[in-house]
Amino acid sequence: MTALRRIFSEMTSRHGLGVALFVAGAVLFWVLVLVVLPQIAMLDYSFRHNLPRAELGGPRDAHTLANYRYFLFGNGAGFNTLDMGVLLKTLAAAVFVTLLDILICYPIAFILAHSASGVGLRLMVIGLIVPFWINEILRAFAFRVLFGATGVINGIGQALGFWSTPVDFVRADVALYAGLAYAYVLLMVFSIYNAVETLDRNQIEAARDMGASWWRVHWRVVLPIAKPGIASGATMVFMLTAGALAAPQILGGPSNLWFTQLIYQWFNDAGDWQRGSAYATILLVVCLVFVFLMMRVFRVSIAAIGR
Amino acid sequence: MTKDVVLDHVSIRFGSYTAVDNAHLSIQGGEFFSFLGPSGCGKTTLLRCISGFVQPTEGRVLIGGQDMRNVGPNKRPTALIFQNLALFPLLSVAENIAFPLEVRGVSRKNRRRRADELLEMIALPGTGDKKVHELSGGQRQRVAIARALAADPDILLLDEPLSALDLKLRQHMRTELRAIQQRVGLTFIYITHDQGEALTMSDRVAVMNAGVIEQVGDPKTIYNRPRTPFVASFVGETNRIPGEVVSQHGTTVTLSTPVGPLAGQSGGGRDHAPGAACQLFIRPEQLVVAGDGASPNRFAADCTAEEFEGSVQTLHLKAAGLPLRLCRMNAGNVAVAGPGAGALTLSFDPEAAIVLPYGTEADAAA
Repeated sequence: MTALRRIFSEMTSRHGLGVALFVAGAVLFWVLVLVVLPQIAMLDYSFRHNLPRAELGGPRDAHTLANYRYFLFGNGAGFNTLDMGVLLKTLAAAVFVTLLDILICYPIAFILAHSASGVGLRLMVIGLIVPFWINEILRAFAFRVLFGATGVINGIGQALGFWSTPVDFVRADVALYAGLAYAYVLLMVFSIYNAVETLDRNQIEAARDMGASWWRVHWRVVLPIAKPGIASGATMVFMLTAGALAAPQILGGPSNLWFTQLIYQWFNDAGDWQRGSAYATILLVVCLVFVFLMMRVFRVSIAAIGR
Repeated sequence: MTKDVVLDHVSIRFGSYTAVDNAHLSIQGGEFFSFLGPSGCGKTTLLRCISGFVQPTEGRVLIGGQDMRNVGPNKRPTALIFQNLALFPLLSVAENIAFPLEVRGVSRKNRRRRADELLEMIALPGTGDKKVHELSGGQRQRVAIARALAADPDILLLDEPLSALDLKLRQHMRTELRAIQQRVGLTFIYITHDQGEALTMSDRVAVMNAGVIEQVGDPKTIYNRPRTPFVASFVGETNRIPGEVVSQHGTTVTLSTPVGPLAGQSGGGRDHAPGAACQLFIRPEQLVVAGDGASPNRFAADCTAEEFEGSVQTLHLKAAGLPLRLCRMNAGNVAVAGPGAGALTLSFDPEAAIVLPYGTEADAAA
């Protein structure tokens, strides 16, 4: 609190009271109205029964753990392996997509920061940004076209004789992973770029001069500098992938269910907002716990991510 | 083991720009060799060429008799110390020093032992576990040297490593670097734009200007017997008096100048035809206020200003409109000539003055 007051008074003396009040107001609105209050409301929802309108405020309108119990045990005895399985699969898929993005984006970010220059650099950046002018749903459908049974990839593969019958990329979830990885490439590239860009080129040359092979230069010199960037990129990509809805809906195979789709079903199909809220809370908490665990494992501090 | 370095007619071009033009010299094993020149003269490019980061457009680089074409920087027996040192900020001091050993797969224990030995040698024992940013500028400097030495190179390349230090530390590190070089006995190739550094530390110096090596020689020859006007004016302070050749006897050239006839040595042993436009260079410390006796090269000058620095006194003079400087040691008497002392008679030894034609070495060779 004292730190906040100090920041406020510093800003007042530097930029004037008007600016300080605007920033304070905007931050307060952001944190309180857009983040905290809806979350509290949802949290409260998740501990209530799904009651008809008439009974709201009545004797049955009390807090309950029923929604969370349902996630764990379902209706009967025994564990609700179906929903828990979906959650686990969602997490695993999100981890996979995140790793895929790290693999794709690390070299791109490195080249952007240290090899490309002039026109080449600008073309690369434009090439990365332009696809994101197209909206998310359209992009997802484009991937369906790309990976469909009569799609571009099957067409080329069959024409070149790599395979004879169309491969069902959608059922194999290739389309989904490709679409998700593609959707968040930009976040990862720019996070890593920001970190790697601070690296002094002489350090790479010094390591080379001392006999280091390329992989060792990256392992010992570039990666440690890139780590905070990778961590912040990975956090964003993981959270967004685990919380994605449109891509799994459009690109997911018929047997594939994303946890967000479960939440969606509770809210919209079943009209049970309370249970939907509980499921959303579970997803949020599990993701947060997972991210903090990973940060602990890879020794990344939250301050490094905020950089 | 020390190895010699031979630059065999090396030219380096970037597009139409020539960074290094036909560098041809050999550096002996165990020598402290400096490239001296203003920024942009191509000396860093030449160093990067020896270390393998730049390929010569023409010519060859030989290290220990072996042609280095297509040998990468990681495969050459050279270690480069960068201008900004390029220490790894996220590694400890010991890990920095042991990096070349880590590359070679030396065990962790042996790496640490060697790092501690080297820390001992650079007089920083017990700092192995510190981070680089915890050290002072001079200490970082020495860590960079230790890291380069850990690679067991035959040749150490140094790219203006002292330029970031303050004056006092810089002077201290000159002595230190020279001492380290003599202790380890390696070939040091040193790049600098600071003539003081080049002259104090080096066995031999190559003076570069605009991609061309103008002169190679030991510091005394470079300073006392410059071969080109650039070397004469870039290395140290000098006075320049333009004139016209009257006659030449052996190496002694007589010029007619605005201040009268003056004699000097023909720089680089050139022959000058009578009537040729030339210039005479004389160091401020070689100019003397002449007594009444007969001395050569006498001419009159007015003193316009005096700088008294304690041990050294500098007189700013004007002779026939030419600005001149005279430097002398403080003789201890109070009555030294100053401004307003009227006309002084100056003189200098013809052996100490150098007569050179106009133009660069490249012009002279053409």
